[in-house]
Amino acid sequence: MEAESPSGVAGKAAPGFEPKIVAFCCNWCSYAGADLTGVSRMQYSPNIRIIRVMCSGRIEPNFVLRALELGADGVLVAGCHIGDCHYISGNKEAEKQIARTARLLEILGVDKRRLRLEWISASEGQKFANTVNAFTKEVRELGPAGYGRK
Amino acid sequence: MTQDSAAEPAGGMGQAPGNAAASPVPGGKVGAVVVVGGGVAGIQASLDIADSGFKVYMVEKTPSIGGVMAQLDKTFPTNDCAMCILAPKLVETGRHPDIEIIAGAEVEKVEGEAGNFRVTVRKRVASIDPRKCTACGRCSEVCPIETTSSFDEGLCERKAVYLPFPQAIPLSYTVDRKSCVGCGRCAAVCPANAVLFGPEETEVRTLEAGSIVLAPGFEKFDPTGLKEFGYGTYPNVITSIELERMLNASGPTKGHVLRPSDGRVPRKAAFIQCVGSRVGKQKERYCSAVCCMLSVKEALIAQEHTPGLRTTIFFMDLRAFGKDFDEYYKRAESEYGVRFVMWRPSHLSEDPATGNLRMVYETRDGKLAREDFDLVILAAGIRPPAEARRLAQVMGIELNSYGFCRTGLFGPTETTRKGVYVAGAFAVPQDVPDSVAQSSAAAAKATAGISESRGTLKVKLDRPAERDIGGEQPRIGVFVCRCGINIAGTVDVSAVVEAIRNEPDVAYAEENVYTCAQDSLRKIQDKIKEHRLNRVIVASCTPRTHAPLFQKTIQGAGLNAYLFDMANLREQCSWVHMREKDAATEKAKVLVRMAVAKARLLEPLHRQRIGINRSALVIGGGISGMTAALEMAAQGFPVTLVERETRLGGLGNRIHHTLEGEDLQGHLKNLEERLLADKRITVLTGAEIRSIDGFVGNFKTVVEIRGAGCRVPGAGTEGPGTPHPAPGTLTIEHGVIIVATGGREYVPDGYLYGKDPRVMTQLQFEEQYAAGTLPPYKTVVMVQCVGSRSPQRTYCSRVCCTETVKNALLVKTEHPDAQVFILYRDMRTYGFREERFREARDLGVNFIRYEDDEPPVLDEKGGKLVLTVRDPVLDRKVRIHPDLVTLAVATLPAAGTPELAQLLKVPLNRNGFFLEAHSKLRPLDFSTEGIFFCGLAHSPKFLEECIYQAQGAVARACTLLAQEALETEAAVSVVDEARCRACGRCEEGCDFKAPLVKVWEDGRLHARINPALCKGCGKCANRCCSGAITVKHFTGRQIEKMVEAALSDFCAGPANGGVRQDGG
Repeated sequence: MEAESPSGVAGKAAPGFEPKIVAFCCNWCSYAGADLTGVSRMQYSPNIRIIRVMCSGRIEPNFVLRALELGADGVLVAGCHIGDCHYISGNKEAEKQIARTARLLEILGVDKRRLRLEWISASEGQKFANTVNAFTKEVRELGPAGYGRK
Repeated sequence: MTQDSAAEPAGGMGQAPGNAAASPVPGGKVGAVVVVGGGVAGIQASLDIADSGFKVYMVEKTPSIGGVMAQLDKTFPTNDCAMCILAPKLVETGRHPDIEIIAGAEVEKVEGEAGNFRVTVRKRVASIDPRKCTACGRCSEVCPIETTSSFDEGLCERKAVYLPFPQAIPLSYTVDRKSCVGCGRCAAVCPANAVLFGPEETEVRTLEAGSIVLAPGFEKFDPTGLKEFGYGTYPNVITSIELERMLNASGPTKGHVLRPSDGRVPRKAAFIQCVGSRVGKQKERYCSAVCCMLSVKEALIAQEHTPGLRTTIFFMDLRAFGKDFDEYYKRAESEYGVRFVMWRPSHLSEDPATGNLRMVYETRDGKLAREDFDLVILAAGIRPPAEARRLAQVMGIELNSYGFCRTGLFGPTETTRKGVYVAGAFAVPQDVPDSVAQSSAAAAKATAGISESRGTLKVKLDRPAERDIGGEQPRIGVFVCRCGINIAGTVDVSAVVEAIRNEPDVAYAEENVYTCAQDSLRKIQDKIKEHRLNRVIVASCTPRTHAPLFQKTIQGAGLNAYLFDMANLREQCSWVHMREKDAATEKAKVLVRMAVAKARLLEPLHRQRIGINRSALVIGGGISGMTAALEMAAQGFPVTLVERETRLGGLGNRIHHTLEGEDLQGHLKNLEERLLADKRITVLTGAEIRSIDGFVGNFKTVVEIRGAGCRVPGAGTEGPGTPHPAPGTLTIEHGVIIVATGGREYVPDGYLYGKDPRVMTQLQFEEQYAAGTLPPYKTVVMVQCVGSRSPQRTYCSRVCCTETVKNALLVKTEHPDAQVFILYRDMRTYGFREERFREARDLGVNFIRYEDDEPPVLDEKGGKLVLTVRDPVLDRKVRIHPDLVTLAVATLPAAGTPELAQLLKVPLNRNGFFLEAHSKLRPLDFSTEGIFFCGLAHSPKFLEECIYQAQGAVARACTLLAQEALETEAAVSVVDEARCRACGRCEEGCDFKAPLVKVWEDGRLHARINPALCKGCGKCANRCCSGAITVKHFTGRQIEKMVEAALSDFCAGPANGGVRQDGG
């Protein structure tokens, strides 16, 4: 279950490169899970900026594309586990929309590993930290996305 | 129902804002209820009572509410994360203006009578003042004393100064007086001066209340005394609740299953069922009802968490009797490979070298097997709460022979004292959804008796006039919290304030030691006035717990609650980047800048008030429907009951005996008489629902009346059968709907049913027994699970095992010489019904277990019935010649259920029963607002369960009817009607039926979202193909601006900051 970093070739990116990551977290599970990470004083890399939304089903493909366009190197979308959605099936919508977005990224020639969807519950503080660390590492290895407008 | 915890304008954490209304009418009943116990049952009862316009005093003996559910990792049968679903309820309870939590307190004395109780409560004075404590945790860090954590079942240590659990309400550290040595270090370091150090003191309060609800929960059985399983001696023998803590990601082993002896990952684990249940002394022989499912769930989750782990469950009868439980059990076996062995181990022995545990058991083919397990989990049962006796004495109520609260079949929440009600596991061992439904029922009963005092003690929220900020440029005030050293120890707060001060539109910025302290809150209000601020940002901790407090503050200064946002600098910055101070400071600047970016676009939002028709429609006139209608009338609301048949009573008409020996037919007659005598109730029999339009508060239902047999308002005194003036259609306007359509018997197609008169269903047996028309018999065979737990109907019908035992006892009492054989798969006589199962065995009823793949076969040869079944004990086929065969057939949803579901626009589950909004915490609600359900329409269940569900559905409905107008959510979605292309994707995707596409009064076809139904999740906006939907408070533009700010001037990384390659 716990996301481990894939064994990508380290150091492919420019030395010292620190990726910018935008995360969208649903209020009820993932944002609460991120809070628990803090309460439990688990540490993760500071590259991430969390934007709270009520439901992961709110995340439009456009938000992801726009984040990349504005200079993000990775986008994390996190919601309640399937079956746990506070709004019944919002996370299923997220699953569909994020899959659609990933296909769009492929068409646009963007490595779709820059977009990650995770289910993180309010009690999974450790999973939140692991996810952020693994994703940061992966995006760091991928190098700068380079779509940002200067 | 909270939509956005950050957008609730209600009161702060347990502090009652505004002023209490005038005291009750002298001599009248007190519009307040004392709820004893703050577990999930007490919480549900309190919320329902408070939401219906009454004051609640919640007396909890521990420092935090939450109970045992807070300790659970997942919940069956959906594997929902327990804390994810409980925490919002905890927060809602904590900040409800009409609920006062009195933690660390016990009831000492009850005087007076129903309607006017005087309840004396003794409260331990908290050593750490919850009003001052900011939960920073400094006290715990410096505390030198370590002791075992009771929340983690002694599996790990905690300090003597501790937070009960991270989501505790009240959110305050507390001192474990038993372990504390009084060194005073905590007091010395507390930056908020919250630690009041001295000898432990108590204070006494006297509460005036009209009713009392008892929800003290249960005690977990302690298997220490059971030598045979070596608990407490063999380290690798643990209890199920200990395993539950291990499975929890925030528990002592962070979600890993580890052997206590050596910390090794186990390969083979065994669960032993019925530890402390169904055996032993008479008063312990009941079934604890929840452990089978608990073990199935734990086996499944443990295997998920531990690659390579194989689990085995040793059970007597696998009691998966609840809604969707049997399917869950089957899945555990077939998909997860959990092994189920029907055997009750007599003892365990430990190999001291390995710490493994050896078990000897009999296999299916009768051979003895020896097997070693490296972890054994005891499914320890449910005991009455430790304080049951004392509580019974104080309350003046009786306990039953098991030490639980005594209740009656027809009054499942009523204790032996008028005005005192019971909910949850103190009534009977039961799981969360049953507890929740029963707690709602207790809420209905507790408020019915004092309904005349509804609203008299409700807190009136003082909201000062709101300043109109229309046309103003944003003037944002930013308050950055140091949180003692929690934020300031890692983040350079002054640097953040300096950076943000220069942002465009920021009119004011400052730092506070504690922004949530009373003096800081006053300062925010002063600064709003002084600088004419029209947006406020607090950069401190998580909005999930603290936004309401600050929103209330800015409302006090005349700003709309939605002109507020937070930046989470504690949980999501300083606490998670403690070793990277520079990066944390840079991140904090960006987080505040993101909040500023959103704040520029914030607009005032208002809840709309929509009218509500304060009356109810009950569909179905069986026991559930009749009970619901009567309870609704007792609450003071008019109600129309619609029954399709010409006769009321439903399936109840066919039940002549109850296991408890109560007179059901008499009860039915009594219900009907009261129903017809009540002027607030209109009964329509022989009537069918034709259409249902409208939405919560404003439904319009067309009923077709087929002919004579209808009763109209006020016709009750004219006796039954008063004909309706004319058959035809009738339109009813009402605010809520309670569906109580009941169920029916499955008609079997095997076992010679319908071909041989000696073969009948259990209900037919009961009818013929009562009428004395049974053929003479010496040998009776009763076959279980006919039509249930089959590929076509995957569910367990829950009641049949007990009904069969009931009828077997009838036979044995009447004809002690008669031979009775019960052919069963698992005897599911859960709870106190177990005693009657035992009695049947003692009376010589023969129980033969058959396997799913080898059902009994019934033939007729030469006028004689021949039944063949394989007896697993004898390991051979036995042949019985019965004179009578009864079939325990499945309970089906009522005919016409799918059609009604379409009219109501609500879903059904795979077996055709109505589907609730949430299987654990909203068992009686549909996800569509304003529609509730109960009884067999929900799933098969016993009479008393139907009764409390009906009462519970009334309590749920009263949370709406108690309001003079419904307030919609403010942060909802709206459609730009000019841009809408009427594709219907919003309507199709919404689980709450909020969007509707039709030709509106403007003559155009487009979608419109009903704010009364919208929850503001934003799914519709995502699905909209023309960008016509705006999600208020989370608009696309607001999110885009936050993204932009998040990526601007980014400076991450430990040392040299972000090095950007120019990617073009």
